[in-house]
Amino acid sequence: MNRTISIAPVLKDIDVNAPPARAFEVFAGFRWWPKSHSILESKSPQVAVVIEPKVGGRWFERGEDGSECDWGKVLVWEPPKRMVMTWMLDSTFQINPKVVTEIEVTFTAIGAGKTHVSLEHRLFDRYAEEGEKIRAAVDSPDGWPGIIKAFAEAAAA
Amino acid sequence: MAYEIALVALADPTRRHVFEQLRTGPKSVGGIARDMPVSRPAVSQHLRVLKEAGLVRDEQDGARRVYSIDPRGLGPLRRWLDQFWDQALDAFKAEVDRPIPPLPSPPQSPRRRRRS
Repeated sequence: MNRTISIAPVLKDIDVNAPPARAFEVFAGFRWWPKSHSILESKSPQVAVVIEPKVGGRWFERGEDGSECDWGKVLVWEPPKRMVMTWMLDSTFQINPKVVTEIEVTFTAIGAGKTHVSLEHRLFDRYAEEGEKIRAAVDSPDGWPGIIKAFAEAAAA
Repeated sequence: MAYEIALVALADPTRRHVFEQLRTGPKSVGGIARDMPVSRPAVSQHLRVLKEAGLVRDEQDGARRVYSIDPRGLGPLRRWLDQFWDQALDAFKAEVDRPIPPLPSPPQSPRRRRRS
């Protein structure tokens, strides 16, 4: 009997000193995205992260050399309250259209120009399913250390 | 980084095998050892390391201790993502909370008009 172990989503909250419209706008601008968190396969330094503000819009990263790397798509776009996008990040920190997780961000006014922002990153079971395939493919002495090395390099980049 | 602890925990092939035994459901030490060519004390030791790495959890089930995958900790990736989102949201908050700079005043003319 196969049972899938359900993996809890990452849940984060933060309060910011701005009304929801501004908080949503700043979030959607992605100017705040840490430049160290780049997945560009071309290894060109990240200059921008862009989300197209509409359902079906692209969410992508642009490098110094002008190259673009799609991260996912917008599923829900409801300013200033809510956005949901997909993220095609697999467990080796590469973009993989077969591994689609979701990120939902909500913005709730908490009076006097402040907003409670909550973020949920979910559907990690898709990593587990993909993980099973990776496990089968790399179940050898060389396989796992290679994955660990890719993890470490990607996270340190 | 904390995720490295989970990565190291899973690097040992026997320990990885112990961890993967739990994918189909909670098991006792005896239940795990039964299907592996290692001793019960060795399995216990591996479970201890996995527990410290946040990958498995245990609870008392009557007379025996039962181990299961901790859904909050599964995978070094989730640990990394947890930390990553902390950093990302801190950066976002810093950007939102930054006071909007005042509009720059119009440039001064280099030459002043003389008052006569």
